[in-house]
Amino acid sequence: MIRLEGVGKRFARGDVEALRDVSLNVAAGEFVAIVGASGCGKSTLLRLVAGLVPATTGRVVLDGTPVVGPRADTAMVFQAPTLLPWADVLRNVTFPLRLMKQAGGDTEARARALLETAGLKGFENRLPKELSGGMQQRVAICRALLQQPRVLLMDEPFGALDALTREEMSLELLRIWSGLRMAVLFVTHSISEAVLLADRVVVMSPRPGRVAEVIEVGLPRPRGFEQEGTPEFQAAAQRIRALIYGERMPRAA
Amino acid sequence: MLRSSLPSLVALVLVVAGWEAACRFLHIREFVLPAPSAIWAQSYAAWPNVLHHTLATLGTVMWGFTASVVISLPLAMLIAASPAISAAIYPLLVVTQSIPKVALAPILIIALGSNELPRIIVTFLVAFFPLVVGTVAGLLATPPELIELGKSCRASKLQELTRIRLPFAVPFVFGGLKVAAALAVVGAVVAEFVGADAGLGYLIQTSMAFFKTPLAFGAVVILAAMGIVLFQVVTLIEKLLFPWSSGADQPPPGM
Repeated sequence: MIRLEGVGKRFARGDVEALRDVSLNVAAGEFVAIVGASGCGKSTLLRLVAGLVPATTGRVVLDGTPVVGPRADTAMVFQAPTLLPWADVLRNVTFPLRLMKQAGGDTEARARALLETAGLKGFENRLPKELSGGMQQRVAICRALLQQPRVLLMDEPFGALDALTREEMSLELLRIWSGLRMAVLFVTHSISEAVLLADRVVVMSPRPGRVAEVIEVGLPRPRGFEQEGTPEFQAAAQRIRALIYGERMPRAA
Repeated sequence: MLRSSLPSLVALVLVVAGWEAACRFLHIREFVLPAPSAIWAQSYAAWPNVLHHTLATLGTVMWGFTASVVISLPLAMLIAASPAISAAIYPLLVVTQSIPKVALAPILIIALGSNELPRIIVTFLVAFFPLVVGTVAGLLATPPELIELGKSCRASKLQELTRIRLPFAVPFVFGGLKVAAALAVVGAVVAEFVGADAGLGYLIQTSMAFFKTPLAFGAVVILAAMGIVLFQVVTLIEKLLFPWSSGADQPPPGM
């Protein structure tokens, strides 16, 4: 469904090569995590798929048509909630559809239903500053889901949350995704998060960003934290760790 | 509300009482430093005259303030829109700020005649700069992710400005408006000092020429009150129209 064909990206400013020759296929409804050290072009990769930045070489193809700009059926979740501070939760969630003039009669009802699923019932008319960080990020995820995207792009969506909220949100995301089944590209710094969530984990190496390896995670779904102790989980995590650190495997005294 | 303003009220009463006592017991002559009671008495005795001058100043302030708003906001949008425009306009703005308005006022009066217009222009010149700077800062402070969100929703440049950047800039705009409101009073009085036949600045000058110091002090008190009231009106408008913009951040509920 999403096909990256030898995609490279070079930024003119500072003449930085962010990505080199990245090829990747993502099937419809597949959950793919992207991990790698800082500066390996993970976020750039997402922005290329989102159509926010053009590729320098190669191309991104979505459903057979090359991506040349932002599309209505891709939605993005950022590391920061990036909510509109002047709009209440409900208006924040419906903002993209209203901006694209695609809001219909059922938009508000669907938004309310989504918020309820995300445990935000009763907060529809609150302002973002009245919510905690975790709740704000839930609103941002609801905002993306309301677009009924076929591709959901998530750029370290739980990166700014504390560890406990993060685990809770990961499972919630899985629960919602299993109901909607859109393709997900999920950038993260956390190896265990990647293994827990994804069907496949794309490990990237830095300078310039390349795909080091794609690892299949064979864990059965529905997933849960009890699987963290299983040999399959450990093997996948170890493999990713080895790829990221290479020869210089860190060792504590 | 009352509880929080009580200390400042007590302080004010003490200062006025101390002032009155000092004038009475130290026998300070009235044209050097009039007692609060004398200021009140003389201003009250001349109240139709004082009101006339107050309204004249208020008119200049409001026109100058309105001109600042009407000119500053589009100007700020232009500056924020492109680095090239910003590079062209900003130095000019800084030049207008480094010219002392007192020096400019007589030139404007010669050029434009002794009417309301040069006073409004001086008021505008004093008041508009913080508004432009504040608005530009607000427009440029919009988080890049919010801009990206707009882009990923295929927002046009105009939509990006009206739906994202401008609302985001509102708290900054009001910061500038509050400063501009206070400065507009300063600007109006500066202009009246140089050339006017009415207004509180004019009243201060003529009163002092006749050693009617209490009346001049009365005019100063009214000017201070005018600045405070304008500031509070702007704050109130912000609270009423943009409740999300003002006020202390409420603590987030525990999750």
